[in-house]
Amino acid sequence: MKSGYFPGCTLKTNAKNFEDSAMQIMEILGQPLEEMANWICCGTVFSMTTDDLMLQLSSIRNLLRAENQGYDELVALCSMCYNTLKRAKEFILNDEENLRKVNDFMYKEESTFKGTTDVVHLLSILKDRITFDEIQKKVTKPLKDLKIGAYYGCLLLRPKELAIDDFEDPSIMEELVDTLGGDGIVFPYRLECCGAYQTIIEKDVTIKRTYEIINSAREAGCEALITSCPLCAFNLDQRQKETSEEFLEFSTMPVFYFTELMALAFGIKWNKDWTKLHYVNPEPFLKKKGLI
Amino acid sequence: MKRIGVFICHCGINIKDTVDVERLTQELEDYPGVAYIENYMFMCSDPGQNTIKNAIREHKLDGIVVAACSPTLHESTFQTVLKESNLNEFQLEIANIREQCSWVHNDIEQGTHKARLIIKTAIEKLKLNESLYPVSAPVTKKALVIGGGISGIQAALDIADGGYQVVMVEKKPSIGGHMIQLSETFPTLDCSQCILTPKMVALSKHKNIKLYVNSELESIDGYVGNFNVKIKQKALYVDPAKCNLCDDCTEVCPVLVPNEQEEGLGWRKAIYIPFPQAIPATYTLDVENCLGLEPIACGKCREKCTAEAINYDAKETIIEEEIGAVIVATGFDLYPVENIPEYGYGKYPDVITSLQFERILSATGPTGGEIYRPSDGKVPKEIVFVQCSGSRDPEHHLSYCSKICCMYTLKHAKLYKHKIHNGQPYIFYIDIRAGGKRYEEFVQQAVSEEGIVYIRGKVAKIYKNGDKMIVMGMDTLSGKKIEVEADLVVLAMGIVPSEGSHDLVKTMKINTDDKGFLSEAHPKLRPVESLQAGFYLAGTSQGPRDIPDSVSQASGAASKALILLSSDKIYHSPIIAWVDEDLCSGCTICVGTCPYGARELNQVSKVVEVNEILCEGCGACISACPSGAAQQKNLTDNQIDNMIKIIASGK
Repeated sequence: MKSGYFPGCTLKTNAKNFEDSAMQIMEILGQPLEEMANWICCGTVFSMTTDDLMLQLSSIRNLLRAENQGYDELVALCSMCYNTLKRAKEFILNDEENLRKVNDFMYKEESTFKGTTDVVHLLSILKDRITFDEIQKKVTKPLKDLKIGAYYGCLLLRPKELAIDDFEDPSIMEELVDTLGGDGIVFPYRLECCGAYQTIIEKDVTIKRTYEIINSAREAGCEALITSCPLCAFNLDQRQKETSEEFLEFSTMPVFYFTELMALAFGIKWNKDWTKLHYVNPEPFLKKKGLI
Repeated sequence: MKRIGVFICHCGINIKDTVDVERLTQELEDYPGVAYIENYMFMCSDPGQNTIKNAIREHKLDGIVVAACSPTLHESTFQTVLKESNLNEFQLEIANIREQCSWVHNDIEQGTHKARLIIKTAIEKLKLNESLYPVSAPVTKKALVIGGGISGIQAALDIADGGYQVVMVEKKPSIGGHMIQLSETFPTLDCSQCILTPKMVALSKHKNIKLYVNSELESIDGYVGNFNVKIKQKALYVDPAKCNLCDDCTEVCPVLVPNEQEEGLGWRKAIYIPFPQAIPATYTLDVENCLGLEPIACGKCREKCTAEAINYDAKETIIEEEIGAVIVATGFDLYPVENIPEYGYGKYPDVITSLQFERILSATGPTGGEIYRPSDGKVPKEIVFVQCSGSRDPEHHLSYCSKICCMYTLKHAKLYKHKIHNGQPYIFYIDIRAGGKRYEEFVQQAVSEEGIVYIRGKVAKIYKNGDKMIVMGMDTLSGKKIEVEADLVVLAMGIVPSEGSHDLVKTMKINTDDKGFLSEAHPKLRPVESLQAGFYLAGTSQGPRDIPDSVSQASGAASKALILLSSDKIYHSPIIAWVDEDLCSGCTICVGTCPYGARELNQVSKVVEVNEILCEGCGACISACPSGAAQQKNLTDNQIDNMIKIIASGK
């Protein structure tokens, strides 16, 4: 089984902390991430359009290149990359005519697309392949007394055919928090929409979502949130700036990528550069909990 | 050679506009075998029938072809004409020149040509028709009713009142089904138990009804009118003849089990009577939860029983019965609520199912009819009902409408309001389906007078905040997401065929639809019969329905069964398979092909025989037979050859 890592755009820029921490924990778990060569845009929201095959090409080209590089599977960290790559693959492979048209169009590529490379999310690898029992063995600094809410959003769970867990009642991230010695808290708004790309055109929508989601988490007892989606992280973390301006009584809450907390639990030193990528400074919280 | 009469019907303009009946009459006059030919506007009318009768008499006809509509409509009409003219009814052939010809063509030339070929094939077939007589078999004058809910009870009482013996098999310790669990019934709000228990008592006292509870159908063999049935009855640890119902055994039993009758809201002992009005009023010992039948383990109930009615050594028994007709009334279960995890059932005690709420409302329920919520016993001031929980959701759950939930939810809201005057009920709904006598009025009265708030939209999620349940949903009329705070949430669960029915249909070999409900023989015209002869369907086993519909259908099924039971003999079409014993090699390919179990190898003659009552004349064995030994009566290879020759010649 040859696994390739598909970073996508954000993991190299605004979510560098996500990539760094993931790379380090996977080293410790003995399954280092190997980045595939020549990757391009995953396709993002555009590949969700189903009446224009052109918009699937970016996703499919990535999968084709992974095939040609001999990867049996592509591991995505970003929920959006996972969703778009996997969805495009199913959409094209499940329709002979789509498959033929796409391959006809890509006649200059090295080979035809066969769909032999699977798309998996890192969380599935952690749970199903490495197992939480093994992860627990690597924990040197348990996340003692950390009440963490897992925010899933939509891309890990919808449509249900792609869901990495029960699409209405998932538990994989809460289980992970518990494995790391923390307290994974189920809060009502953990599957509600973060506002997604409305953050660009209708910022107010996102601000209201952020307000409701963070408050819902706080009421349920959460002290911080984890997510696996850079877009969710942007909306829930960066937009807390505008949320604080809009709602004067609002108080902020740190938002992490799940790999950042894993890194801390594995005893990896907190990287100051990661802090810069957060809007809500997580350091006071981590200090209070004795983790840095 | 037969003297054949051909009668061409105009069917008003239905046939005549596309088929030139006059020309056909002239052309076929000289066709070999045709002794007489005539056309008429409506052959099925009395004058039309008389035309045929007169022609038979005057022209000494001994075979008749009627070229008209489909044989499913008027074949029996014309067979009667032949019988009244002292001809065998199998000397009739219908040439269908309407559904398969005039209705599907526009051009009169093409229509006439096709009609000509169809009539000629009928003439050719008729030439080799034999005179046949219906197959007959005796009828065992006893019915089996499976399931002791309201449908089964009604069917059993009707058949027994009709003077025939009934055997009822019920899986649970008492009859009564789901109806005995209900509080009141819509739209009259009369007490469910008050109207059901008289029927239960009547059933238990009826001299023609034999009741087996704690029993299941083990096997059923034979055929319509002549079934052999084996019933497995669980061990009778408490002898009803000796038991004096003192209840001492229940008092000493140390085991507490969630009470099925209360939908898990209360407890019962391992030795128990399911509910006060249970029929039969006998104690059941629940072996699965009993601490042990070995006296060393517990044995408290037997020590206490002064009547010596308890026998730990009792064994299950197999009862054999001969049966003529079977009524299947296996009822329903609620759609599994665990399949909708976002509603939080099981996680939050204050999210309950509609049947649990029935028990809370019921005077015999765990709260004595007072409305308290399960978590802390508080009186719910705000209550949300979620209609279509599991129903009308083809992507995730049931695709169909469960039909009764709109009405019972409204009933719940009204009963709640009648007990808690300052309480506020909210109902989430997709549509209000109130098609039934006085149902719409029931709805309108509630909306205008009772202050029940209807919110049109589905519920997305239910979660807990403090001691309130928050119901998140969509109000599709305002287009807004809304959240309603509630003290108690009642899920109006959809209904599915009862769990036990899945194995039962395999035992009985009767058909179900893709949802697991029993299939009727025809969705409109034969709604209470199974396609398998001798099986009749009653109640929710066939599809979601309310009490009035279940009772009507049960009586319908009973009257169909009574028609069978009151016949001295059952008759069966003789158009079935027969075997040329000289050609049959006994290869038994036909035995595996027959869907009705009508083929069997005679171990002495080594020839495969046909059970004439079971054979439905489908022809499967005939096409499978490698030696041509199997033939269909009046549809032999020779006849089919001759018909094909006509069609192939195109003339």
